[in-house]
Amino acid sequence: MIIEALIGITFLAALVVMLAPDEYAGKLAFALSLLPVVGSLYMWAGFDAGGNALMAGSIAYQTQLDWLTVAGYDLQWFVGVDGISLPLVVLSTVLSSLAIVSAWTPIDTRQSQFYGLMLFMEANLLGVFTALDFFLWFVFWEAVLVPMYFLIGVWGGPRRKYAAIKFFVYTNIASLVMFIGFMALVFNLPVGSFGLPEITQSLQAGELSSFVGLDPATLKLAAFAAMFAGFAVKVPVVPVHTWLPDAHVEAPTPVSVMLAGVLLKMGTYALLRFNFTMLPDVATRPLVATVIAAIAVISVIYGAMLALAQQDLKRIVAYSSVSSMGYVILGLIAYTGLGIGGATFQMVAHGLISGLMFMAVGVIYNVTHTRMVGDMSGMADRMPITVGILVAGAFGYMGLPLMAGFAAEYFIFQGAFASTVIPSAPLFTAASMFGIVIVAGYLLFAMQRTLFGEFSLETDYEVRRAHFHDVAPLAVLLLCTIALGVAPNIFFEMITDAIEPVVAVVGGGA
Amino acid sequence: MEPLLMQADQLPQWTALAPALALGLTGLLLILIDSVDPDSSRPALLAGIATVGSLASLGLAGWFLSAGTGQAGTGGGISLFGDALVVDGMALFFQALFASVTALVVVASYDYLHDHPHRAEFYSLVLFAATGMALMAAANSLAVAFIALELASLPSYALVAFLKRDAGSVEAGLKYFLIGALSSSVFAFGISLVYAATGSLLLPDVYAALSGGVEGLTGVAAVGILMVAGGFAFKTASVPFHFWAPEAYEGAPAPVSAFLSSASKAAGFALAFRVFVVGFPLDAGIDWVLLFQVLAVVTMTLGNFAAATQEEVKRMLAYSSIGHAGYALIGLAAFSGGAGGDVLGASMAHLLVYGFMNTGAFLFVALAEHWGVGRTFDDYAGLASRAPMASVAMSVFMFSLAGLPPFGGFFSKYFLFMGAIDAGFWWLAAVGAINSALSLFYYSRVVKALWLNDAVGEFELGSTPTALYAAIVFAAVATVLLLPGFAPVIETAQSVATTIVP
Repeated sequence: MIIEALIGITFLAALVVMLAPDEYAGKLAFALSLLPVVGSLYMWAGFDAGGNALMAGSIAYQTQLDWLTVAGYDLQWFVGVDGISLPLVVLSTVLSSLAIVSAWTPIDTRQSQFYGLMLFMEANLLGVFTALDFFLWFVFWEAVLVPMYFLIGVWGGPRRKYAAIKFFVYTNIASLVMFIGFMALVFNLPVGSFGLPEITQSLQAGELSSFVGLDPATLKLAAFAAMFAGFAVKVPVVPVHTWLPDAHVEAPTPVSVMLAGVLLKMGTYALLRFNFTMLPDVATRPLVATVIAAIAVISVIYGAMLALAQQDLKRIVAYSSVSSMGYVILGLIAYTGLGIGGATFQMVAHGLISGLMFMAVGVIYNVTHTRMVGDMSGMADRMPITVGILVAGAFGYMGLPLMAGFAAEYFIFQGAFASTVIPSAPLFTAASMFGIVIVAGYLLFAMQRTLFGEFSLETDYEVRRAHFHDVAPLAVLLLCTIALGVAPNIFFEMITDAIEPVVAVVGGGA
Repeated sequence: MEPLLMQADQLPQWTALAPALALGLTGLLLILIDSVDPDSSRPALLAGIATVGSLASLGLAGWFLSAGTGQAGTGGGISLFGDALVVDGMALFFQALFASVTALVVVASYDYLHDHPHRAEFYSLVLFAATGMALMAAANSLAVAFIALELASLPSYALVAFLKRDAGSVEAGLKYFLIGALSSSVFAFGISLVYAATGSLLLPDVYAALSGGVEGLTGVAAVGILMVAGGFAFKTASVPFHFWAPEAYEGAPAPVSAFLSSASKAAGFALAFRVFVVGFPLDAGIDWVLLFQVLAVVTMTLGNFAAATQEEVKRMLAYSSIGHAGYALIGLAAFSGGAGGDVLGASMAHLLVYGFMNTGAFLFVALAEHWGVGRTFDDYAGLASRAPMASVAMSVFMFSLAGLPPFGGFFSKYFLFMGAIDAGFWWLAAVGAINSALSLFYYSRVVKALWLNDAVGEFELGSTPTALYAAIVFAAVATVLLLPGFAPVIETAQSVATTIVP
């Protein structure tokens, strides 16, 4: 019942905040958003599931109720968590609360609507990560788009309308492609419901029948391609990443935090759940694996190179997200315990670190009203604490040991290097490692020019000190990042436990 | 609950018509009050009576539905007046739909007509039209079908032209009337040809006669059926008799547009479903399914593309309602005897969800007209900052009409397309899905105007019309709740649809 309570409370909180007066909306939203944080930590503390939820593992906090029946298929209210989804649930609640605090300074119009939409989005994100029925999952998945569309379109920067529509159209078309791909699978399986576990197990038992002249293997390949294309937009990977920089640059800081921190993980989470768990035999075909690994490496390198070319701090962080998501894809296709485990861990780690980076850039923007690298220098002089945390976060991004990013990338590289699925895996891994060098390059370069040296600022704003409530979320995120870096087993153990069956199917080893 | 449910069976047979009678008697009562007190100095009383009457009809239909009146469990449809009328699950389902829309429209009209002198006439015309629709849903004979259709249509013409000082309203009324008269005559001629071929007007007898073969008269019957289909195309605003819809919906008072595009359209489908499924067998050499396949594809595509090019919100909604007629036609286009009940039921469920979301959308337009903001997308710019609640509701309607997952419209469309695939018409579902995806473009323009664009000039919204607001918010809540609560709707619709399949 706790998952229902979590989602229900968050929806209710969204409604309450929506109706609250603008002056208190921010504080109220933060206070209410602590309830799901407590709930998710309680879930983490009492977590006792084992194995993968989709592959006959035991599911924690499970509820399964019949909703309705369509053409012989049961639709259910079916929620629960395993070791893959629980870390993402915790990430969503924590990051939502912090993003709400980081909105106190920049958001100065229609506050109650803003915070209401943030909470509404959080509720749907929780639904995405806990739903185990395809339909339920799809409803939440699409429902995340609606508040995001408004959050970018109403409170965004000068080109917000363009960015909001581009985001909406891109991701909606992607959803449709994915939906069709998945439906093509389900309708040729002897299953009686849209429950993801039932579908997964039926697929793996080889019960897929042929469809309008496509034999099961071809049908699987087609469905895999459609689903991969759909999710790839969400992740995003090169070449379907173009909506991301627009959305990020125009979105207000707290929305960027949620977009980079949690929404991108919906894509990788879905890839893991659907493509890589349900159709391992397609993913491990040498050609498919090569293509996916190549996409991953190109995303890593090309995303990093694009970041290198940017002048806008927010664009730098946005493009570096494309790069980081490339690592996740590489880890997933590796099909080793460390690879997929590292990829899942990277989802959480990147959520924290990119959230931190976007927030820090936002704090600087709040006081300087510019994000251009050439417009300022020596910010460390005026805002030492913010800059200190930003530098620490940047090192986390570069993979400094004892921070979450290091652990994640280390696992991924280790896992990808040993992969038996990717042909010439060491080559791909080595190529992707160059991404780290480029990341270090552009981050150090940008920081040196903006943060250090003599203070100067080419706008007419007086630089004031950042508020305590601007800096506090940064500090919390930094602490979380370090905690996960020092003790990755906070999540890594349960992740490993949940992905073991996935790896075992293809015999990928540790 | 059990004793109450029992009572429905023990009532005299004619009481099965109570939902329709409630509407008709309320209309008469309003005329009576108006003749006693012609100045209608008590607008709240008139609106209250009309609301209570339509809610009573809704309550009765809902009660009968849940009690199983006229359904398989209690002995099947209740035949009245020499089988001319039949009250079964499908009739009650549609009557509940008409009564809901009528209630919403009546409540909303209270503010819309705030200084109009002829309120009693307006309410009684709405209720008489609703009575006609309720009878259309129960018609079991072609003669009753024609009379009920006229009973629904004649008050509608007057309603469209109700703002008689407004040239647009009068012009719309005239166009609607002329096309209505033409299609009525086509319909009547079609009925006479079917009668000539089969010798009966009762649908089951027509079915029997056609199944038995009509020696040499198959051609006559086929032309008759084609013309009958033309009559339905008019009532449901489907191609090729759809021309009146954009004009009439645009010129009519917005609550009337809501009423026509939701209830009146559903009534056309109620009648079409029964006449074609009960009256015209598929195995008699007359393949009307093919006709509806063509109509469905053309109607949904034409409606969608025309809607995409509109600059005025009301016209866009008018064309979108043509597009939705195309979706609902899938119920007949994918019909295939025995298993056809499921897709028919899905179509009914879609019409129910559509009844709420489309009525709500037109009522939002009524709200905008009440405030005097313009008609185009640009005129709606920035309304959200002035009227956030109503704008949230409008966004819900738009996204739901487009079939986005968090709302009722997603499920109803999904079930409809799945029904088509199940019946073997995957290409029909594909055309529907592509159209539905395209429709997001023009629906999201409204949302964009409301929320993202800044108001062009200063405008004063004036008072908040409570009743209109209440109707809009209620429709929005219903649209949202129809997602989690879709199970009883679709189950009822499919089970009652299956029972009419001969």
